[in-house]
Amino acid sequence: MSSRPLIAPWRLRLRFGFRNGRLTAAWGLLILLAWLALALFAPWIAPFDPIAQNTDMSLLAPSLAHPFGTDNYGRDILSRVIWGARIDLQLAVVGVIFPFIIGTFIGAVSGYVGGRFDSFCMRVIDVVLAFPFLVLMLAIMAILGPGLKSFYIAMALVGWVSYARLIRSQILVLKESEFALAAKSLGFGHGRILFRHLLPNALFGSIVFSMSDAVLVLLNGAAVSYLGLGVQPPTAEWGTMVAEGQAFITTAWWICTFPGLAIVTLAMGFSLLADGVAQVLGDRS
Amino acid sequence: MSLLQVRDLSVIANNGGRDVTLVDRVSFDLAEGEILGLVGESGSGKTMACRGLIRLLPSANLRVQGTAVSLAGQDLLQLDDAGMRAVRGGQLGMIFQNPGSHLDPLMRIGEQIAEGIRLHQGASKKDARLQAIEVLRQVGIPDPKARVDNYPHEFSGGMRQRAMIAVALGCNPKVLIADEPTTALDVTVQAQILRLLLDLRDQRGLSIIMITHDLGVVAQTCDAIAVMYAGRLCEHGSKYELLAHPQHPYTAGLIDCQPAHSSGHALLRTIPGQPPLLDALPDGCRFHPRCPQAGTLCAEVLPQGARVACHYPLGERP
Repeated sequence: MSSRPLIAPWRLRLRFGFRNGRLTAAWGLLILLAWLALALFAPWIAPFDPIAQNTDMSLLAPSLAHPFGTDNYGRDILSRVIWGARIDLQLAVVGVIFPFIIGTFIGAVSGYVGGRFDSFCMRVIDVVLAFPFLVLMLAIMAILGPGLKSFYIAMALVGWVSYARLIRSQILVLKESEFALAAKSLGFGHGRILFRHLLPNALFGSIVFSMSDAVLVLLNGAAVSYLGLGVQPPTAEWGTMVAEGQAFITTAWWICTFPGLAIVTLAMGFSLLADGVAQVLGDRS
Repeated sequence: MSLLQVRDLSVIANNGGRDVTLVDRVSFDLAEGEILGLVGESGSGKTMACRGLIRLLPSANLRVQGTAVSLAGQDLLQLDDAGMRAVRGGQLGMIFQNPGSHLDPLMRIGEQIAEGIRLHQGASKKDARLQAIEVLRQVGIPDPKARVDNYPHEFSGGMRQRAMIAVALGCNPKVLIADEPTTALDVTVQAQILRLLLDLRDQRGLSIIMITHDLGVVAQTCDAIAVMYAGRLCEHGSKYELLAHPQHPYTAGLIDCQPAHSSGHALLRTIPGQPPLLDALPDGCRFHPRCPQAGTLCAEVLPQGARVACHYPLGERP
């Protein structure tokens, strides 16, 4: 038998890349970065003003001048989709960060302290979970009034529970772990053990979850805007655009379709990144 | 006066309103630079006694009682939680059986060592790092300057054990509790680690309590031996006396169980019977149901004795 490897080294590396999810994560990241670039450079990329109306040009089908067509006010859909990326990316990111921070903190402390404080936190979470997600959000937004700011507040108030439960269950396991005992045997205080040693080890799951959660938040934002409580017209936002185009779905399909596709691709970007990262981290541990 | 004096240390579990004594009035002394081997079979309370000593009991249902546990003149039983935290690590270090899971997997080795140094000695970040490299060098990690930035998963089993010893030593403790430090390692690495502990004793005057069930380890390293059975200390003495002329029948039985001592026999020798359950202890001596020379007194009176807790000790020492 010769000692020549059966598979060429470069192919081996390629396969390895496929298996451990790096490629999946790279694709997701690529999609997200593409949208980010579009959002950042919107003023230079978008061919038309996203809110300038021109009734002479209303409901034009896709053509070379307007690749995505125009809506009932004669606004260029392509430009509105590009400008909308600014709002929707912000929506997904900010809508995840606050629940993540609040939920992680409450979940970590609750799991570590245990006892009555833990039961109290868990009951609060049960109450929040007892309501359907969207109903609770709409109720909070109805009180605060429509707008992006109240969407973020409602997201933070409702969304933290999933993070809290995730982190708590991890901390419950980790606080009995042997390296926690070793940390105690070195005379470390509770705060140091929890936040410097246990929490970093508990974060993997929630980081992966936060990326798939970004998809849900994005769809939520679109749904809330669709219902008229989120982003207000004439600002370009994909959910609102779908809602506005609904009346013309039989005569001008392009009004709903292109912002809808934008939502799908951005959501796919987050999903792929989440799957890829989960695989890479899963392989490592 | 000895560095560490333990007097009547008990660990008691509250089991649904009923108290079960897991460690019963254990007393021993540890001098500076002395290595004491705490020997006994699984469940005899040797680990629990040391966990009680450093007050890191695994459950809130457990509590410590005792007359005194004085370390360098300070009674640990009188300390509150904050006081105990200052003693842990700084004066009383502990290393464990399974080095892989006792290191934080997400923190660089150097940071883990430096963290204790900064906390207990108030060193700056830069100084702590230099000290961490120095400690790594002392425990025999090759190329410590590069290795200080490795993660635990980049170390082999023996190196992790060295790293864990380095983490404990970084805080500069006077007494090191080593809970079966070599059980998870293969024989050659085990010998290296024991050698390392002996070197550290010689260089730093470190006192070590070595928890083990391996009499071979004890014979190689310890100065004194304490044998535990069912939560009680049954014999305590210098290594040579105790291994050559055991006085407690249980100690004699343990030594007899060593494969080397029964080479001419077809079967390994064992002590007949099982250790008693701690919530259903026999009256009198706890070993008497299994003891080959139990007398009438043994079933009635619990033997006391600092050196040998037995009514009918085997042959007087020469």
